[in-house]
Amino acid sequence: MSDTHDELGFWRTYVFSTDHKTIGIQYGITALVFLFFGFSLMMMMRWQLAYPGEAIPIIGGLLGESSVDKGAMLPNFYNQLGAMHGTIMVFMGIVPLAVGAFGNFVVPLQIGAVDMAFPRLNMMSYQAFVIGGIVMLSSFFLPGGAASSGWTSYAPLSITATTGQTFWLIGMIFLIASSLLGALNFIVTILHLRAPGLTFFRLPFFVWSQLVTAFLLLLAFPPLQAAAVFQLMDRLAGTSFFLPSGLVVGGEPLAAVGGGSPLLWQHLFWFLAHPEVYVLILPGMGIVAEVIANNTRKPLWGYRPMVYSLLFLGFLSFGVWAHHMYMTGMGTTMSTFFQITTMIISIPSVIILTCLAISLWGGAIRFTVPMLFALAFLPMFGIGGLTGLPLGLAAPDAHFHDTYYVIGHFHYVVAPGTIFAMFAGIYYWYPKATGRALNVTLGKLHFWLSLIFMNGVFMPMMFEGMAGVSRRLFDPTIYEHGAAVHGLTMMTSWSAWCLALAQIPFIINFFMSMRKKERAQENPWQATTLEWATPTPPPHGNFTEPPVVYCGPYEYSVPGAPNDFTPQHVKRES
Amino acid sequence: MNEPQYGWWLPPDVSVNGADIDFMIIAIHWFMLVLFIFWGGFIAYCLVRFRERPGHSATYQLIEAKWNRWLEIGVAVAETVVLVAFAVPVWATIKNDLPDPKQDPTVIRVVAEQFKWLFHYPGKDGTFGRTAPEFYADDNPAGLDDDDEAGWDDITVRGLRFPVGKPVLARLTSKDAIHSFKLPVMRVTQDVVPGMEIAIWFEAKETGQFQVACAQLCGLGHYEMKADLIIQSPEDFQKWLDEEHDALGLDE
Repeated sequence: MSDTHDELGFWRTYVFSTDHKTIGIQYGITALVFLFFGFSLMMMMRWQLAYPGEAIPIIGGLLGESSVDKGAMLPNFYNQLGAMHGTIMVFMGIVPLAVGAFGNFVVPLQIGAVDMAFPRLNMMSYQAFVIGGIVMLSSFFLPGGAASSGWTSYAPLSITATTGQTFWLIGMIFLIASSLLGALNFIVTILHLRAPGLTFFRLPFFVWSQLVTAFLLLLAFPPLQAAAVFQLMDRLAGTSFFLPSGLVVGGEPLAAVGGGSPLLWQHLFWFLAHPEVYVLILPGMGIVAEVIANNTRKPLWGYRPMVYSLLFLGFLSFGVWAHHMYMTGMGTTMSTFFQITTMIISIPSVIILTCLAISLWGGAIRFTVPMLFALAFLPMFGIGGLTGLPLGLAAPDAHFHDTYYVIGHFHYVVAPGTIFAMFAGIYYWYPKATGRALNVTLGKLHFWLSLIFMNGVFMPMMFEGMAGVSRRLFDPTIYEHGAAVHGLTMMTSWSAWCLALAQIPFIINFFMSMRKKERAQENPWQATTLEWATPTPPPHGNFTEPPVVYCGPYEYSVPGAPNDFTPQHVKRES
Repeated sequence: MNEPQYGWWLPPDVSVNGADIDFMIIAIHWFMLVLFIFWGGFIAYCLVRFRERPGHSATYQLIEAKWNRWLEIGVAVAETVVLVAFAVPVWATIKNDLPDPKQDPTVIRVVAEQFKWLFHYPGKDGTFGRTAPEFYADDNPAGLDDDDEAGWDDITVRGLRFPVGKPVLARLTSKDAIHSFKLPVMRVTQDVVPGMEIAIWFEAKETGQFQVACAQLCGLGHYEMKADLIIQSPEDFQKWLDEEHDALGLDE
């Protein structure tokens, strides 16, 4: 590829671009918008939970009659919001941000490539993502509203649901196609386009995390793609993949041939959705590793064990899916197998987290904004991981299954876990992407407020789950044990709204910093990896001359070196 | 009957299996707390001791830590102990030790539908009438076949009752969507899957009045799909059965 792409018009430069950096930024902005939208849905639900049956302030009057009654939320609308919150956050928020945005922008730069292996395929995967997103969002305007059977869409409820579910399935088919195209592209790019000298064990840990993530997406999504088509046919073509015989819905026998299995859907869904959990977390771990190495000014402790743990996590993540299904009535041989694999898979996570913690030892730790987010990731992901233990064992799961404990657990992994890692990444790479530095004071304000309110949102859920309160309840106070924890519910709701306010400094910072006159340096963090060897912001084609790699990714504070960082592309005098 | 105490921690436990489950929950949380404090303490110590400051620089040489291996082995051993000594045997008891007829269990058929529970008792003859989906109707929510005499004395109610100190054998089925039969005070959760009949057992060790919950999203009325749970002394339970039997008016 040569550097003759300069004379492109507006549309080819910003909208139908094949440049991995533009596509990465497109993914990033779109995903951040979806994340905030998904969060807004949850803020409406939190009102209903905190003040059941009371009119929603401000927006209550704007919603249609099928959603609210005199401004107060209706159960059907609550279920739509719940299903769409999960779907948007997972499939349209975190995955596109972690893989589409950071993967696209950073991976080719870190491996010294001029672009992704298949730039047009890359553009197509972004377009498929946007189409899927539009289909999902438009379903709110259908009669009967959006999908309302949970982000898990368990059959047969989902098959007898309103048209919103059909849109959900079509949207998913696009989103999955997008992820599959992206995954293929990443694998080929990382395997084939590494700069000379960049061996596998000189790859930054972030690139490793993207490689494993791409394999997970490639191997786990096709079963869900097939399952989505099956469910679509059950809804539209009269098949019964997931419909058993003898269903009587609302007093009327269901006109379906029957003979299918509702549990088949769950197996196909979780066969994707457990590896998906690792898709959500591994890129975050990768970012945290980069930021920690850079801000401790020393090499990562245990780079190789971390890489092996990553590979092991990837393999084993295909063997734990049925721990989501202990309560479906599976036999004890099956549940014993899945309890054992679930306990085993906790070990590599412990290793990675411990390696990152020991990496702090002997450093000269700079408390930059990305570092604050990366450091907070460690205990937050720690809580998320640890609370997975009782859920991974069938007997305690008999109490915790489908309670707020589960919600608290996976949100600790994904919200103060992955999302903090994503913020670390945004603060870390923003100067490279835009050529401007972010304001530090606003960044620190954003960090501390987010840390406090994230815990204010999710810690009370742990106790609600202890009390046995189920998730997905329009009004938990209808139960005695639900009414007893209403104080915790209020705390979560108020924390959620404050968490939204805490994002204001970030949004201001994000847009205002772009307009600064002062330009950021090419390597403001004094980092070693290849993305910092490009001009800022990197032009189409990335490097002014093809880089050659001479050393490992984290050569900080090398004795006798002129600086406390030795970039990968600089030949060391020995 | 005492008013059950609900709060910000585990709900009351009135079942024979609950103590094992609660013990595991508490033990695992202590283990989690110890690990978290150790990790958190180590990280906090590093952040203070190795903070950037004039006259301090990072060391390129990595420390030769061995303790992390012990930590990882320790976690693996602790998980193995929990798994082998508690999780697997406790779950095997809960799932597999279904009461046999010699133990004279209280047999109840549980039928879930959007958005209510139905509890079906076999009546005086101890035998359920034949049921099939085609017989479901508003006045026949259990789907009983009228031609089967065994069903004539069957009792169907919207609240769950059973006697204390005796195993209950519940056979769960659903008409429409997947529901989940949850008895928080009994530490029981079991999905109710249409097209399947799933048998579970549990046994109460105390009497009292509690609630049955649905723990699986089953539609827009899911949140109000609750039922009373009344655990009675065997005498009171028998008295209730007799009253229900008389109300059927079979002897007239």
